[in-house]
Amino acid sequence: MRTVYLDNNATTRIAPEVLEAMLPFLGDSYGNPSSMHSFGGGVRRHIDRARGQVAALIGADAEEIIFTGSGTEGDNTAILSALKADPTRAHVVTTRVEHPAVLALGKQLEREGRRVFWLGVDAEGMLDPDEVRAAVRDCTGVVSVMYANNETGVVFPVEEVAAIAKACGCAFHTDAVQAVGKVPIDMRRSVIDYLALSGHKLHAPKGVGALYIRKGTKFNPLIVGGHQEMGRRGGTENVASIVGLGAACELAARTMEEERTRVKALRDRLERELLSRAPDTRLNGHPARRLPNTANISFEYVEGEAILLRLNELGICASSGSACTSGSLEPSHVLRAMGVPYTAAHGSVRFSLSRYTTDEEIDFAIERVPPIIRELRAISPFGRGPAK
Amino acid sequence: MWDYSEKVMDHFLHPRNVGEIPGADAVGEVGNIACGDALKLYLKIDPDGRVADAKFQTFGCASAIASASALTEIIKGMTVEEAGRVTNDDIARHLGGLPKEKMHCSVMGREALEAALANLRGEKPVPAEEGRIVCTCFGVTDAQIARVVRENRLTTPEEVTHYCKAGGGCGGCVPEIQEIIDEVRRKELEKETRPGPAARPMTNIQKIGRIQETIEKEIKPALRLDGGDIELIDVVGNTVQVAFRGACAGCPASGVTVASVVERKLREFVSPEITVEEVQG
Repeated sequence: MRTVYLDNNATTRIAPEVLEAMLPFLGDSYGNPSSMHSFGGGVRRHIDRARGQVAALIGADAEEIIFTGSGTEGDNTAILSALKADPTRAHVVTTRVEHPAVLALGKQLEREGRRVFWLGVDAEGMLDPDEVRAAVRDCTGVVSVMYANNETGVVFPVEEVAAIAKACGCAFHTDAVQAVGKVPIDMRRSVIDYLALSGHKLHAPKGVGALYIRKGTKFNPLIVGGHQEMGRRGGTENVASIVGLGAACELAARTMEEERTRVKALRDRLERELLSRAPDTRLNGHPARRLPNTANISFEYVEGEAILLRLNELGICASSGSACTSGSLEPSHVLRAMGVPYTAAHGSVRFSLSRYTTDEEIDFAIERVPPIIRELRAISPFGRGPAK
Repeated sequence: MWDYSEKVMDHFLHPRNVGEIPGADAVGEVGNIACGDALKLYLKIDPDGRVADAKFQTFGCASAIASASALTEIIKGMTVEEAGRVTNDDIARHLGGLPKEKMHCSVMGREALEAALANLRGEKPVPAEEGRIVCTCFGVTDAQIARVVRENRLTTPEEVTHYCKAGGGCGGCVPEIQEIIDEVRRKELEKETRPGPAARPMTNIQKIGRIQETIEKEIKPALRLDGGDIELIDVVGNTVQVAFRGACAGCPASGVTVASVVERKLREFVSPEITVEEVQG
């Protein structure tokens, strides 16, 4: 059975060019970049090159980039670094719709006695900068707002929020894991202090990420150890994956236009067709201010896990915000923060595309999803009109 | 991804007995769309008091659909009385087990069946659970919690959440759930120390299930220590037919001693009326 992979916000395939760039470092070029001999030391220039490639994608200087093990590590490093930099500023401002990488850290900081202000979003999942203005105080140490939401794809006005934070004298961090490579980001025209990204969301391997730290920012490492990453992140470098991340960033710079045109057109078609072919469906998230690859659709009266497992039988991969898929009993915190009714949250499905998604795959999804919804609704006691 | 059994996937992908029964003799409806699952069960009862037909509609995940489908398969052909003794464990067993986090789907099946049987008796068509709401997130009462604890021998609040969702929202009621668990356990201990009236009779399915479980958990491990084994051949009324394998087969002592040990265990764990018979199988 073929796989129709529409779950690219969960993870992406490694681009063939990326894999090729990595292979020497999983084979003969296994030296340690910290070594004095050229067999190891020679590897260093490949890491430097990757650092330059990552920096170029987001308009940063190479020395502003450190490599991490994941997006989560980047987020944790940034927020904790900012809080440590000024102990008099203990207050934290973030949103209710963050990825668990930030959400769970915020909850832990609360348990440790810090005050955390949780910003809400409107029905379209959008953040209001005025609320940030009202929330930041003289004692706020860090404001952390994601660049784009992983579930709905909604893109937040992070530059505006960053400016508000900076005006108040606090650090600004953004979890840009879903945005990097899909929307243009230029740190030269930005006041963001910290920006976290992850390799496996942009066709690099899992287990590698990067953190942008603006030059002049007082930085405190999360992981201490050797002098790697100029003493900012201890641990022998994950050379092959770092090289892969560099290659993926260079590729992304070239293919971003395709994300914004061809991929977006496919996403729009999928969305339009599903909304028109299946009655009682709704789009979750701001219709325009969104990542070009993400569609989050609620199918009323049916439950997300059931939809996913039926799709799975056809080889279609997607995600859901339903309670059952998470193992928790509550549906997605993002959809609940948006005030999406529980009935619609339980039946939400996220389709996320990539530049490897084909026309034919979208045709297949458009053809096969509506009958599954119809069949599950035929089993459901709800949505039968007044005769129910 | 959940580790669903083949039977769960089969019932999910090919649910049996889906739909409504026009002019049903009884309807049971539990759960609601906001909580994430709901089940509506329709029963047709024939003049001899047997379940002639059972159909369902459900909103829920794969295991909710499978549990409802399995329930209808179990109760069709049963007398109303027998159907009244079906437990959530029977449903889970029929499906070859459910992931522990999904046990509440089997409990929903049992609750819908009870609601339908109450409806048949002309009582309120909602699960007539007495009690006070403990979990406000999911609207679960102390009586419902005590019942899943008792019937499934639960020991932790986490297990209670898996079985009836209570405690799975804000978590504010977890200490109270622990108190209910402690209370149930205290009562069980009291009951064990003084002989009470006999437990309500089991269905054949329940009896066979418990015999199998006792053989697997209580008897086989002991026999295997001596290089022997046992196989359940048949259950006829209260007579359990077994065959001995390995070192036990052909052992002159097996007929007398081993069979009597098996009998004693089965009497202890299943029913005092059990007799064991060794057969060649």
